[in-house]
Amino acid sequence: MIGASAAAAMAAAAAAAGDAPAGTDKPVMAKVVLNVNGQRRELELDTRTSLLDAAREHLHLTGSKKGCDHGQCGACTMIVDGRRINACLTLAVMHQGSEITTIEGLGGPDDLHPMQAAFVAHDGYQCGYCTPGQICSGVAVLAEIKAGIPSHVTADLNAPMQVTDAEIRERMSGNICRCGAYSNIVEAMTEVAGRQA
Amino acid sequence: MKSFTYERPGTPAEAAAAVAAKPNAKFIAGGTNLLDLMKLQIETPTHLVDVNGLGLDRVEPTPPACARIGALVRNTDLAADPRVRTDYGVLSRALLAGASGQLRNKATTAGNLLQRTRCPYFYDTAQACNKRQPGSGCSALDGVSRQLAVIGASETCIATHPGDMAVAMRVLDATVETVDAKGTERRIPVAEFHRLPGDTPNVDTTLKTGELITAVTLPKPVAGMHIYRKVRDRASYAYALVSVAAILGKDGTGRVAFGGVAPRPWRVEAAEVDLPKGAKAVTDMVFAEANPTRDNAYKLKLAERALTAAINQARA
Repeated sequence: MIGASAAAAMAAAAAAAGDAPAGTDKPVMAKVVLNVNGQRRELELDTRTSLLDAAREHLHLTGSKKGCDHGQCGACTMIVDGRRINACLTLAVMHQGSEITTIEGLGGPDDLHPMQAAFVAHDGYQCGYCTPGQICSGVAVLAEIKAGIPSHVTADLNAPMQVTDAEIRERMSGNICRCGAYSNIVEAMTEVAGRQA
Repeated sequence: MKSFTYERPGTPAEAAAAVAAKPNAKFIAGGTNLLDLMKLQIETPTHLVDVNGLGLDRVEPTPPACARIGALVRNTDLAADPRVRTDYGVLSRALLAGASGQLRNKATTAGNLLQRTRCPYFYDTAQACNKRQPGSGCSALDGVSRQLAVIGASETCIATHPGDMAVAMRVLDATVETVDAKGTERRIPVAEFHRLPGDTPNVDTTLKTGELITAVTLPKPVAGMHIYRKVRDRASYAYALVSVAAILGKDGTGRVAFGGVAPRPWRVEAAEVDLPKGAKAVTDMVFAEANPTRDNAYKLKLAERALTAAINQARA
C-alpha cells in the first residue's frame, strides 16, 4: 500500500515533527509528500494542516470547498486512494504517498468529466459552492455501487447493488446543498450511471 | 487547534509504548472524531501516534467459525465484508445506519468504539460538562436533554454513547482485544468496555493509558433474522434517538440490545426470555431502572415501539 520512498518520507516527517514544542500555538513542522491529481507535491506543513487546507492554501487547488470544517457538509469531499473522504477531517501528514483526486483532477472546462457534464446538463447546482464535493462524491458513489458496497437502504445485503433514486439519495446524504439541487443531482448521477452500464 | 508532535510507529506494542511514554499523547486512526474535537479544543493532545501503518486492517476467520476484525478495518469495509454480511448481518446494518459514506470510508473499528458522546453540552465549551472538564458540573441536567440518556446515567452526566456499531457488537457478544506498552494482551467483553459515568464521567472506557485496541472478535454466528432498527430525526446521517439491535427467530425468541438510551449499549439478557410475549414485557424489564428527564421520557415508549417493529419484521 505504501512504497519505500513514502515510508522514508514518513520517517523524515516523524523526525522533523519531533523537534519543535507542542501544546502551544507554535507550529510543529513536518515534510509531507502527496500525489495530487497525478502530480507529486512536496510540502513542509504545520502538523495541524488538514488535507483540505493543504490543497487549498498550499497547493492553491481551491476547487474543494470549506463549508463546515467538521465533516458535516461534504463540500470538502476528495477521492483519496480510491475512496471519497472529508478532507477537512484528516491531516495532510497522515497522507504521505496517498493518491489524491480533487475536482481539478476530474476534469476542467475544456475536458469535463462525464459527471461534471451531467451536472451542467441537469442543473445540478445553483450557487455552486457544494458542487465540487457533490461531484467527487457522486463519482465515488457510482464506483461504490459497482463494487457491490451495500448501503442503509439496500434491501438484500447479499444481492447485486442497483442504482436507484433511493440508493443515490442515501449514499449522498453526507453532501449538503443549501440551494436544494438534490433532485437534479439525482438525475445527473442517474444519467452517468446509465451511460456507464 | 493546539500544536502537536506526530509519529508513526511500526508495531502495535511500539504504538502503545509511544502513547504511554508521553503525557497527553493520543492514538489517531481515522481521526474523524478526534480531529473534530481538536478543532474545538475539547481534545488537546500534544503528541499524536498515527496507527494507520500498523496493518490490523483485515477481517479474518478464526476457528471455530468465528471472526476477528482488525482494529483498523474501515467501517465501509466491515459493513461490506462478505462474511459479516452473511453471518453477522446486524453488524453490517448497524454500520450502514451510521454516519455518511465519506466518514465510513475513514472511520475504523477501534475508533468507532472510542468515539466520544455527542451531548451538545460536551461540545459547547461555554457550558459546564463533567465529561469534558471534571468537576465543572452538568448543564444537560437542567438543559435540553431530548437526545440524552434515560438509563445508566448519574447525577454527574447523562450523556449517551452515540454509536451504532457497538450496539450490534453488544448483541453479538463481541470481545475487544488490546495490547499495552509492555506487550501484554488483554481481552475485554464489549459489555464491559464502556463505563457507566458514576462520579468520573470523563473516563469513557475501561482501557488503560496507552492500551491499544488491536481487534474485535465475534463468536460463532447466531441464527435468526439480524435486524438493526434506528429511529432518528432524519432518514440518513443522524444519531439515534433510539436504536434496536436484535437477532430474532420467527417465534419471537432471540436477543436484543438498545442504543441511544445509555452511556453504553444497553442489554439486559434476563429480559430476553420474555421476547415471545412481545416488546412491552421486554422493555418494562430492560428499562425498569430508567430515570428519564422530562425531555427524553419519550424514549421509553419509542424503545418499546422500535422493538415491536423489529419483532414484526422477524415474524413477517
